[in-house]
Amino acid sequence: MSASETTTARVVAPDTEPAWKRVADDQMRRGAFTRTLPMWVGAFALLMVMPLLFPSAVGVTIMNQMGISIVFALSYNMLLGQGGMLSFGHAVYFGLGGFLSVHVMNYVEYDGWWLPLPLLPFLGGLFGLAFAIPIAGFSTRRAGTVFAMISLGVGELVAACSIIFVAFFGGEEGVSGDRTMGPPVFGSEFLSEVEVYYLTAVIVLISALFMYLFSRTPAGRMANAVRDNEERAEFVGYSQRYVRFVSFCAAGFFAGVAGGLFAINYEILTEENLNLVTSGWVLLMAFIGGVGFFIGPIVGAILLTLLQTVLSNHTELWQLYVGILFVLTVMYAPRGLTGLVMMHGPALRAGRLGMLAVPYAIAVVPLLALLAGTALLLEMGHTANQSVVGESEAHVFGLTLDVTTALPWVVAAVLAVGGGYGLYRIAQYLRDAFAQATGPAGGHQ
Amino acid sequence: MTAALQMQGVRKNFGPTEIIRGIDLEIRAGERHAIIGPNGAGKSTLFHLISGKYSKTAGRILLNGTEVTELQPYQINRMGLSRSFQITNIFPRLSVFENVRCGLLWSMDYRNSFWRLVDTERALNERAAQILDQIGLLDRCDLPAGVLAYAEQRALEIGITIAGGADVIMLDEPTAGMSHSETEGVVDLIRRVTEGRTLVMVEHDMGVVFNLADRISVLVYGEIIATGSPEEVRASKAVQEAYLGTVQESGEEVL
Ligand SMILES: Nc1ncnc2c1ncn2[C@@H]1O[C@H](COP(=O)(O)OP(=O)(O)OP(=O)(O)O)[C@@H](O)[C@H]1O
Ligand SMILES: [Mg+2]
Repeated sequence: MSASETTTARVVAPDTEPAWKRVADDQMRRGAFTRTLPMWVGAFALLMVMPLLFPSAVGVTIMNQMGISIVFALSYNMLLGQGGMLSFGHAVYFGLGGFLSVHVMNYVEYDGWWLPLPLLPFLGGLFGLAFAIPIAGFSTRRAGTVFAMISLGVGELVAACSIIFVAFFGGEEGVSGDRTMGPPVFGSEFLSEVEVYYLTAVIVLISALFMYLFSRTPAGRMANAVRDNEERAEFVGYSQRYVRFVSFCAAGFFAGVAGGLFAINYEILTEENLNLVTSGWVLLMAFIGGVGFFIGPIVGAILLTLLQTVLSNHTELWQLYVGILFVLTVMYAPRGLTGLVMMHGPALRAGRLGMLAVPYAIAVVPLLALLAGTALLLEMGHTANQSVVGESEAHVFGLTLDVTTALPWVVAAVLAVGGGYGLYRIAQYLRDAFAQATGPAGGHQ
Repeated sequence: MTAALQMQGVRKNFGPTEIIRGIDLEIRAGERHAIIGPNGAGKSTLFHLISGKYSKTAGRILLNGTEVTELQPYQINRMGLSRSFQITNIFPRLSVFENVRCGLLWSMDYRNSFWRLVDTERALNERAAQILDQIGLLDRCDLPAGVLAYAEQRALEIGITIAGGADVIMLDEPTAGMSHSETEGVVDLIRRVTEGRTLVMVEHDMGVVFNLADRISVLVYGEIIATGSPEEVRASKAVQEAYLGTVQESGEEVL
């Protein structure tokens, strides 16, 4: 405690500013929005050129889906990552925002409502918010298991309602609309996918920006504090319940915005969009990406959308792979893929990232063998399992394998087991290399 | 002048066990009041009752003349009472700087606003940095609070407690587990930051108690057996019999 001898009026050479003033300035400078501005501008530029890089119809559709998922996953992370609330029912607000948006499209088409399309997602957001307010009212008293259970119950309840209240949810077929009936915006009626892309991109950017800014407000900072230690927050004047309430409402709003974007893109909403499967999916996106980082859910949304759209074209087992990825993340990388990248920060700053090149290059070999072997086994097993007469060929990695012969099985098993054993053998070597690159004791000294 | 804290017939049972067995105590505004007593006497429980963490089985508690018996911790805190914990209770994943800043937000009227950015509020950040300077953690401000050394976490615990500028400060064993020199630093700090405020502290180190306290209350088995100036308490027969005799021995080592 020797430093505490110094008083607040301490004068530090060579300048006359007291040390605390420099620290305050430093904190403000580093937290300042202007510091992240280049990233936002960069993201904007990237979003604008993406359709030029991927001009195909499929590419644009996938990117639109990514945008929707990004907003949805970021809103989910306001609960899980920022606020410590594990929700199993976040699709409720996504779906409700989406359903409302489709209905509004129909009012525009049939009842002559005047509404430019870019405003539609925000109506969806307000609708999500309208439902989030009462639900947050009774579910945010506690976090933890109680909150998780209530979110599950509410999710199930609303999904059940969607089959009962046919007028609003449209029963099994859902509700469809036509986005092109509103007044043109900048001469666009949003007939083409690319026009929808630019609309989506702008709203994604605005939403992400506001969600980021929220995390830097008193309400957002206290959400983190309550997540860390709800009891202590109460003893510095904050009601843990009200802090969660605010985050929950904000999350409900942005989930509704994402639902509105979905409505614009697909022009149809069904029960699937608000059921527990969708709620689970957004959890996966946020968690695999990394809930401890603002960009984590963005990474997760992009990756899982890719798997959902691209991988699903190549294998029926894609959901199994996503499941495996999720379990591996929970077990070995609880900070998500973003966490895996970020943990190299200390090595990078110490200029020792290069020390990891060789160990990683060595590790890639057994890792790839393990992945390839496992995928082969799963795919061949899948084929063998459901092979109708004459169907004995599995198509994997562009190969055609006859699952009635032994050779492919042996090769796959050798790859999988050999790769797994290899990884196991070099694990310690990797850990040591990492510790060395990260610095003495890996600590904060 | 009304007392800072008034306890009237306060009782607390955990199931059939009576832990606090009828406490009547006044803490005068502006005094430094120490509560001492053997392990398990109920000192921390009394703190929890006053600060709203536990509900009361019976009795009333008044803060600056206003009844707070049924209020929640955050409501009591907003009325000007701030406390620390015997077992360190901080925000482990937030930076040290943010821990202190969170202690400031409500008292500086930021509430749950979502239209202001913490990073643009100069007064807020400067106040947080000043407190860090006071508690000697300025050079630790960017670390996650959870990785601090024990003594540093204890200092932070005090920093969060005093940050809001509450006029009643309650510290539960602020020097527990600290070395001699660390203890001196903390005593100094406590003396400085409680200037002009009311302090209630639980403390086992008799050196600290007799050094800091204007008055002392002795809590044994859930009852206050004596309250008075350090001299009065030292002289009290009941205290010597029930408690102090044993502690003075260990206390002398510290002195
Ligand atoms: N939540 C609880 N449920 C049941 N019993 C409790 C609870 N909290 C405390 N007690 C009991 O109440 C008694 C007083 O505990 P308390 O923590 O208030 O003592 P203390 O005077 O602060 O002791 P120490 O000096 O060790 O901190 C102890 O016997 C303890 O076991
Ligand atoms: Mg105690």
